Amino acid sequence: MAEIVIRNLRKEFEQFVAVEDSSFTIKDGEFFMLLGPSGCGKTTTLRMMAGLELPTSGQIFINGEDVTFKRARDRDIAFVFQMYALYPHLNVYRNLAYPLKSQGFSKIAIDQKIREVAKILDIESILHSPVGRLSGGDRQRVALGRAIVRDPSAFFMDEPLGALDAEFREQMSEELRSLHDRMNATTVYVTHDQLEAMQMGDKIVVMNHGVIEQFGVPQEIYDWPATKFVADFIGSPSMNFLPAGSQIKTGDSVIHCMNQTLEIPKALQDFTGDIELGIRPEHILFNDLSALKATVLVTEYLGTTQIVTLDAGRMRLKARLPSTLQVEVDSTVGLQFDKRNISLFDSKSGQALLSEGNQKVLLNG
Amino acid sequence: MAEIKLVKLTKKFGANIAISDIDLIIQNSSFVVLLGPTGAGKTTLLRLISGLDKQDSGYIFTDGRECSALTPAERNIAMVFQQYSLYPHMSVRENLEFPLKSPMSQVKESERAECVDRIAETLRIQHKLSSRATELSGGEMQRVAIGRALVRNPNLYLMDEPLSSLDAKLRSELRIELTRIQKDLGSTFLYVTHDQVEAMTMATHIGVLEKGELVQFGPPREVYDNPNSLYVAARLGQPRINVLPASLFENSPKKAKTIAMRPEQISQGAGLDTVITRIERLGDQTRLYLLFGEHNLVTVTDPHTNFKQGDMLSIQPKDPFFFDANGMRL
Repeated sequence: MAEIVIRNLRKEFEQFVAVEDSSFTIKDGEFFMLLGPSGCGKTTTLRMMAGLELPTSGQIFINGEDVTFKRARDRDIAFVFQMYALYPHLNVYRNLAYPLKSQGFSKIAIDQKIREVAKILDIESILHSPVGRLSGGDRQRVALGRAIVRDPSAFFMDEPLGALDAEFREQMSEELRSLHDRMNATTVYVTHDQLEAMQMGDKIVVMNHGVIEQFGVPQEIYDWPATKFVADFIGSPSMNFLPAGSQIKTGDSVIHCMNQTLEIPKALQDFTGDIELGIRPEHILFNDLSALKATVLVTEYLGTTQIVTLDAGRMRLKARLPSTLQVEVDSTVGLQFDKRNISLFDSKSGQALLSEGNQKVLLNG
Repeated sequence: MAEIKLVKLTKKFGANIAISDIDLIIQNSSFVVLLGPTGAGKTTLLRLISGLDKQDSGYIFTDGRECSALTPAERNIAMVFQQYSLYPHMSVRENLEFPLKSPMSQVKESERAECVDRIAETLRIQHKLSSRATELSGGEMQRVAIGRALVRNPNLYLMDEPLSSLDAKLRSELRIELTRIQKDLGSTFLYVTHDQVEAMTMATHIGVLEKGELVQFGPPREVYDNPNSLYVAARLGQPRINVLPASLFENSPKKAKTIAMRPEQISQGAGLDTVITRIERLGDQTRLYLLFGEHNLVTVTDPHTNFKQGDMLSIQPKDPFFFDANGMRL
């Protein structure tokens, strides 16, 4: 089992800074997500932690030991890749035995270990099948099995479900998570899929352009994003942004936006400069009495809920509403924003402005 | 635009029946989405309609005219694939113009530029018209590929997972754009996907395929609210529908083998005891994983719920679906 500490980790490829000085701590037993769009530095960070890439500066500690310049094989971690790298000419049993053989385990010990892992992954019945004949899911399980048999202190996974189709991905992500809950091994998981990160992670680090934008538990990041990038990247559809004037003072609890005076969580900082108001789709409610009017452009039915795209004075908004509500395209509706769930951002830097709503989350991070 | 009618369409590959006896009418100006897992026959059906493959038996009518003997070009169908196939040495404008230069095209040379401009505007790629295809981002390339299909004004658009290689944000934008374009042009779309969100949000009609058979066809709400089999019920809904033995519930009909409930078909607060084994906070909703006896269930609750792992929660079915031993709806 392992606690992993990353301190001021940095990676440059010639002129290009792939990862800016980053620091975070992964606690023992955590399912930890590195989340961001492609090119954000998440895979580079993971590869440095695994020892597949040397950092330009900074340190990596596993269980208190500085492993920054240790070889990958001396770090006692197992890496699971996107494409299940199995030996196609060997059967499942031999694929699982391979990493143990190379570590010099006895035949009996290997057999015992494989039976145990096969039971955990529910692949006992296919142990003697050639891997070429397995379904995608079984192959992924065998690839996991090969990581598990070594009993490493941590698992590193780089988009292990990326190649699977939607339906199957959901099933595998549940399996992975419940496997983690049974084994309780520290897991670091790289993904660009925000839903996957929210669904599986105990903690999430959101990265962009090599910089850590926010670090925390999923619901807090979702509710109180530290930057506009995070607000936009997390959630589907993403947060709505509206111009909201150019000044706010500590103690203000209203703001002018779209020719309305809207209630907001009390501001805890003075700010002058362009401000954007952010509100999530499910916090926009329909209220005929509201003076804020919008036209319905599109409705998208999703089963339990529907996404309604609105035109409010040339601003496009998306609202999430129960699908039981009748919404007619081209009709005019009144909008009300749930005042408890409004964020404000410095439009230029993208930083969230401090308020009574987000202070707990932002001051912790 | 055209109405497409399939009659008893069948296609075999050796002993394997890929498409089995499909009857289907794709009405003029409808947006039909075919849904099903890998291997259900979605792509094969598109290839038969386009003429890239020939059926073993059955008929394909376009506006009442049987067209099995026609070549793909003669069928006047536009296809968009998952992998955008653009000409890399040409500019965006040249790529879009290309189909208009075909001998089959009815667009006059003097009208080509205007036609391309109009489509580029619809797809919001006007500013890229003089760029080379290779200079575009993935999303832009896919829009050009779609644009190349749209310039032609064909009888039917066939789309095979055109959005699946794009990232989530762009996918949700293009979902809306495609729906809008289809409505504006009044064109007929046949669209294949395994993404249920695409099916639910874009389709006027969903066709669910199972092992080469069309097992249900109807508007998204109808297919979601009123699935005729367990297979169809399991295709739609996130989180997935819960399936349990019907015998666990006293009020189940006699013939029922299984009971199935979507999260909104589970009422919370009274009824049978379950234990919360895991809580997933997805932001806009929180999922509760429940252990009911030896069975697992998943339902949703308020995002900021105070429930903790290990808490008890009583639940009962609310208008659930019942299915017989063959998986058919009762």
